[in-house]
Amino acid sequence: MGVELQREKWVGRVTPVTLGATAAEGGTRGHTITVGGETTLPFLHFEGQMPHAPVTALEIWDMPPADWPPLLLDAFGDAVQDPVSWAKKCVDEYGARLLCLRLASTAPDGQNAPPEAAADTVRAVLKAVDVPLIVLGCGDFDKDNQVFPKVSDAAAGERVAIGIAEQNNYKSLVASCMMNNHVILSQAPIDINIQKQMNILITEMGMPPERILMDPTTGGLGYGLEYCYSIMERIRLGALQGDKMLAMPLIVFPGQESWRFKEAKEPESAAPQWGEQYTRAISWELTTAVALLQAGADVLVFRHPEARRQTERYIEAMMAPAGVEA
Amino acid sequence: MILIGERINGMFNDVGNAIRNRDPEPIQRLAISQTKAGAHYLDVNTGPAVDDPENVMAWLVHTIEEVVDTPLSIDTMKFKALEAGVKAVTKKPPLINSTTAERKRLERILPLAKDYGCSVIGLAMNEKGVPKDANDRTAIAMEIVAAADEYGIPMSDLFIDPIIMPVNVAQEHAPQVIETIRQVKLLADPAPKTVVGLSNVSQKTLHRSLINRVYLVMAMAAGLDAAILDVEDKDLMDAMVTARILLNQEVYSDSFLKVGRVG
Repeated sequence: MGVELQREKWVGRVTPVTLGATAAEGGTRGHTITVGGETTLPFLHFEGQMPHAPVTALEIWDMPPADWPPLLLDAFGDAVQDPVSWAKKCVDEYGARLLCLRLASTAPDGQNAPPEAAADTVRAVLKAVDVPLIVLGCGDFDKDNQVFPKVSDAAAGERVAIGIAEQNNYKSLVASCMMNNHVILSQAPIDINIQKQMNILITEMGMPPERILMDPTTGGLGYGLEYCYSIMERIRLGALQGDKMLAMPLIVFPGQESWRFKEAKEPESAAPQWGEQYTRAISWELTTAVALLQAGADVLVFRHPEARRQTERYIEAMMAPAGVEA
Repeated sequence: MILIGERINGMFNDVGNAIRNRDPEPIQRLAISQTKAGAHYLDVNTGPAVDDPENVMAWLVHTIEEVVDTPLSIDTMKFKALEAGVKAVTKKPPLINSTTAERKRLERILPLAKDYGCSVIGLAMNEKGVPKDANDRTAIAMEIVAAADEYGIPMSDLFIDPIIMPVNVAQEHAPQVIETIRQVKLLADPAPKTVVGLSNVSQKTLHRSLINRVYLVMAMAAGLDAAILDVEDKDLMDAMVTARILLNQEVYSDSFLKVGRVG
């Protein structure tokens, strides 16, 4: 006797968002990346459409990261000294089709690099590689508000995604993104109500929903991931139930979250009971990513190329025609 | 909530006069203003005392369709006028308002609904009139559910109306209607939609708007899906938007009232 599959009938759809612009669209990217468009929960191909597979990005910095463990830095060697070399290595050697550039050098309590230097870096990276780009500020509101307009101008026409906008600091970034048709990252602190409010505030300024990605803020495996998962799931259910202010695609940072914790950072010598570090650390980032994919993530930013590669294989398998009849 | 704008009804003086004079302007103005206020359907009722209900209904449909695309709710107990209204519609299939559980009505109206792809409102009453309590209302509602099923009308296209009576005349009906909504949603699977003609509860009372909005919220909490109401009553709409938040039908945000208001 056959088992009848239960199918939900959703009325909503995740808003498609496109990153990057080719020459035909006024940019210089070799390809664009579109995410979103789902009419069902992740990978339920028998129930609805998932027209665009989730995408992965590799994270690069404009200065050598001080707090990355040696194992992670080893993947890039000397390239971490220079964002252009780093970007090329990610694209040419590791096959990244999307990059996330963090302008860490602009932090006022660190190198405090001027906005013009940050804009030059963005320009240089865009020239060196032709993949779409996500650009993150240092997180200091005042400094970000000086840097974002310069970055927006430097990347004019390239439809980059710029972040982070959050509840107490979004107006300047919205204006910067609107000016040059960029995409904005709208962040809330693991809070569906604030997330919705953020999207309302941003769209009220005139930003179209198809130029917004939501960063729901996530934890790593073992550090509150379940709570983030449930928030993401509720956001996605809201979208599928027709709430347009929750219907933007989700961007998450499994690399940033995983490599903060001892389970990924500790070498085997310090934690022999946990076994070999490489496999353990990659697994931590991969497992975090897989959980986030199942919660509805559309864009995932990685730190280790191997974790990204393995996640790509997972996505490919999950996007393949399902074993259940449609 | 599915909102059905009540204003295009010959019982209102402005509409009654417009019908008598075949003056499209007041009708079209109400069609536009109710649509702007968020109406998903516009109820169309010729009123009780017109000589030629079939032609009047068709004229109203054409007049409204000239200015809005909002689907219509063809509201009459006269079958010929109902049929004339349904056939006059050129845009989205209308809602048929309404049939009772009387077999001879169901046998004419349900095939009409099926043929024209209409949704239909079924009143929880029969030839004996409106029942006093929830159990009898629910029993009659279930007869309509069975008949709709028999004629191939999906439950998503059926609206059960438990029939509200004015609170200053038949106060004991008010809680019975609430209970009927609850029972109908509970007993049928899949359940039909539920609808009330809200303003009836406050006929000829003082504080009509207050009574309307309190009763709407009570009915929503019992599972109400739709209401025929005054969509231009801003306090009523705010109560509806807030009830949606408190019933967890809409995700809260600080701007909930602003974004929930359509008009």
